[in-house]
Amino acid sequence: MADAVTQVDTPVRGASSPSPKGRGFDVKRLPGFATVAWMCLLVLYAPMLVLVLFSVNDNRSVTIWTKFSWRWYEEVINNEGIQHATVLSLKVAVVAMVVATAVATMAALATTRTRAYRGLPVVYGIINQPLMVPEIVTAVATLSFFALIKQATGVTGLGYLILAHTVFCIPFAYMPIRARLEDMDLTLEQASADLYATPWRTFRRVTFPLLLPGIFAGAMLAFVISLDDVVISLLVAGPGESTLPIYIIGQLRRGVTPEMNAVSTIFLAVSILLVTFFFVLARARK
Amino acid sequence: MKLKATVSAIALGLGLAMGGGSAMAEGELHLFNWGNYTAPDLIEAFEKAHGVEVTIDDYDSNEAMLAKVKVGSSGYDVTVPSDYMVKIMIEEGLLLQSNPHEMENFQHIGDAFRSPYWDPKREYSVPWLWGTTGISVNTNFYDVGGAPNDRWSWSIVMDPPEELRGKINMVSEMNDVIAAGLFYLGKDQCNDNRDDLRELNDLLQSAKEHWRTIEYGIIEKLTSLDVYASHNWNGASMRARLQIPEIVYVYPKEGLVGWADNVVILADAPNVENARLFLNFIMAPENAAMMSNFARYANSVDGSEQHMEAAMSDAPEVNAPNGTPTPTFIPPCPREVTELYTKIWNNLLK
Amino acid sequence: MSTSVPETGATAAQSAERRAVRTRWLLVSPAVVIIGCVGILPLSIILLYSLLEPAEYAGVVWTFSPEAWMGLVLERDIFDDTLGLSSAHLTIYTRSILQALFTTVLTLIFGFPTAYFIATRPAKERNIWLFLVTIPFWTNLLIRTFAIMLIVRDEGLVNHALINIGLIEKPLAILYTDVAVAIGLVYAYLPFMVLPLYASMEKLDFRLVEAGYDLYANRRRVLRRVIVPLVKPGVIAGCILVFIPSIGAYVTPRLLGGGKNMMLGNLIANQFGTSRNWPLGSAMALALMGLVMIALVIYVRNVTAAGQKSHG
Repeated sequence: MADAVTQVDTPVRGASSPSPKGRGFDVKRLPGFATVAWMCLLVLYAPMLVLVLFSVNDNRSVTIWTKFSWRWYEEVINNEGIQHATVLSLKVAVVAMVVATAVATMAALATTRTRAYRGLPVVYGIINQPLMVPEIVTAVATLSFFALIKQATGVTGLGYLILAHTVFCIPFAYMPIRARLEDMDLTLEQASADLYATPWRTFRRVTFPLLLPGIFAGAMLAFVISLDDVVISLLVAGPGESTLPIYIIGQLRRGVTPEMNAVSTIFLAVSILLVTFFFVLARARK
Repeated sequence: MKLKATVSAIALGLGLAMGGGSAMAEGELHLFNWGNYTAPDLIEAFEKAHGVEVTIDDYDSNEAMLAKVKVGSSGYDVTVPSDYMVKIMIEEGLLLQSNPHEMENFQHIGDAFRSPYWDPKREYSVPWLWGTTGISVNTNFYDVGGAPNDRWSWSIVMDPPEELRGKINMVSEMNDVIAAGLFYLGKDQCNDNRDDLRELNDLLQSAKEHWRTIEYGIIEKLTSLDVYASHNWNGASMRARLQIPEIVYVYPKEGLVGWADNVVILADAPNVENARLFLNFIMAPENAAMMSNFARYANSVDGSEQHMEAAMSDAPEVNAPNGTPTPTFIPPCPREVTELYTKIWNNLLK
Repeated sequence: MSTSVPETGATAAQSAERRAVRTRWLLVSPAVVIIGCVGILPLSIILLYSLLEPAEYAGVVWTFSPEAWMGLVLERDIFDDTLGLSSAHLTIYTRSILQALFTTVLTLIFGFPTAYFIATRPAKERNIWLFLVTIPFWTNLLIRTFAIMLIVRDEGLVNHALINIGLIEKPLAILYTDVAVAIGLVYAYLPFMVLPLYASMEKLDFRLVEAGYDLYANRRRVLRRVIVPLVKPGVIAGCILVFIPSIGAYVTPRLLGGGKNMMLGNLIANQFGTSRNWPLGSAMALALMGLVMIALVIYVRNVTAAGQKSHG
């Protein structure tokens, strides 16, 4: 797609053209935007650097630098609580992300690019409902509701926590997908339909690839929002279901140790490694 | 292809999730405690002694714990509410009458904690750790002296000296801050006298100008010198002193709040027998010492001193020096009073 | 002949229409069912709570009372018992709304160029850039907030740097002020702006941009008249995703603001905690939800109306 676009902006105009575009004019460039983007990236990673630095600090205090040490990494290796919480957080986030993104994509397909139909605002309202209630209230409501179900059925387990996460992940996944769909034009899909492709084929071969960046963005948001959730998890989680944020908030009142920095650094390193790995893989295939 | 993979991932995930929780092994105990408060060696010793597998989850306030337990089916066996919360939970019928006073190790419990107001006969609860809420002062910036004297007063935070202004933190707890104000004014606790409250309101409003923060994370705030003095718990003050030796824990002469956490068994606990074992276990002197050594607070078990680290047994934060007031354990105030307190608190933080 | 053709045409069109409707509802039902059952049904419990009286310690007693709804903006003065507007509540509402607006505008100012920059990278690089922007957010919000605290502390990196280059002599008190809260919120919600913006910019048709330049427009005009209208759905999605959660933000204002000034999220949370007034907390939450919902419905009406105009 992008390549097609770049070809369009190459035709050279006559020198007499009073257009501000000179030779080598790049229609995509907006001055200062790259600077802001790099600045953003720098600012985004500054706290990460601090975190890495303090993860190898010997001092118990998370604010004062004394000397280099692996001490906190050793503590993490010996701390089953943290490990359990981290793995659990990932498990919940991945499942919630996958379910929420799938469901949100379907919903986005049905709520955009159609004539306004009766019930559309209601559907839209329902999908965005989890966004609109402060976390603590969703937490209390869900807690009370799940307790009723647990008492009635006797079923317990991690499913409740995952379900609660899925619910508030849906609107976060839905928004970027919807935005993407809204300004996607219909011509390609119509062309495909004209060529007697079944709707499913059209979706798989045309709509879905075009939609992918939106789905990707939505999935990322859902993943992040699930990993960060404190209040709802705190109330909904059952015994042995403490996610990482619950573990941290529990420490807050009596003092946080630099173990948290060490865990985060490991997490950071693994994610960067994974991303690099996929990048290299993708390159190699091409 | 992709979709199929997605669907099977969902199915797998949900399957794991649903299956994971329902498999209850024999010999489990679900402990729900304050974060960073459970000594790992204590749990290890208990697991070894009784062959029980313990899971620990954390909470950050009595109220969060109450909300979760009150709606039912929380799945926890044992929680650790503070004094007033024990009383609330008993009144709400949330606790199992496990009669700890009949347990073998109850003989070790000190006289002071055998019949507290929240559980006069110790029918529901076993003492965990206890402490006081006073003031930590960094004497490098303001000298309050090392032993009780006239400067050991709530005025350090309520009408602060020049040196400390703008460098004070208060605990982010409505009841504790209001209690401190009432102590300073010499008024009753759980007070609904409008004149007293007006005075209190004015005091807090004027004191707030000198406060930098009203938050947790007190040890970090003190050791990073973000603040020089803080409304603080004694054990946290000791932890801060181990990093900055000049930090002194002040027992204000006007009186101070005492608090005591207690281990209780929930009425709907799935593993009652193991929970009983745990209650009895923590009343043994050597086990209580492990709790104190880890959390830096005093326990209520006689004979645990000989198992404690030296740093603990002579710490002025844990062993109150002579001439300091006896801590007051404040019962839960009636709703009407809480409503008044809430208005003052919202007005303070608006 | 003349009668049968239009008839079959009409039935074919009708059945196609019916099929489309069925597909639509099929697609939308999983989301609606999940949110309906686990999101909205529990909220009816909250609605019920808001109409009851608070219990002595926690929860509610089953007596009807409109008190909670009145307590949203009114309160009885604790000293002279007159009923008046609750200045504490109103101040907190206003602060939250302003802080959230400010956060939205700032994330837009930083997020828009960033998203645009990523969207104009060569196709192969874009996902890497996206990952680079999101990776910091896989680290927990609390931990990131602690790291920000280290940076803006009195003895932190920012103050050290400023003193070293001689811009200031004494450290600036940034931490525990509204400025710190703003920094923290912008940091926390930046991806919620960048990702929807990117999703809608990634397919920006640069032929239109070029047409803009051909019509003698300068860069600023092209940005304002061509690019921004084209990516408007992304801008709106981003603003919603930033504004609504930041109005109810809980952790960031506490840690970075030092807890001296409450925000709506803290106020509501307190009602379920030490203030022991679940009905009031419920009423506050529902009121907030109602307001946001009305705004959203108006937005949907406008967007669909605009969509129909442009398609027709």
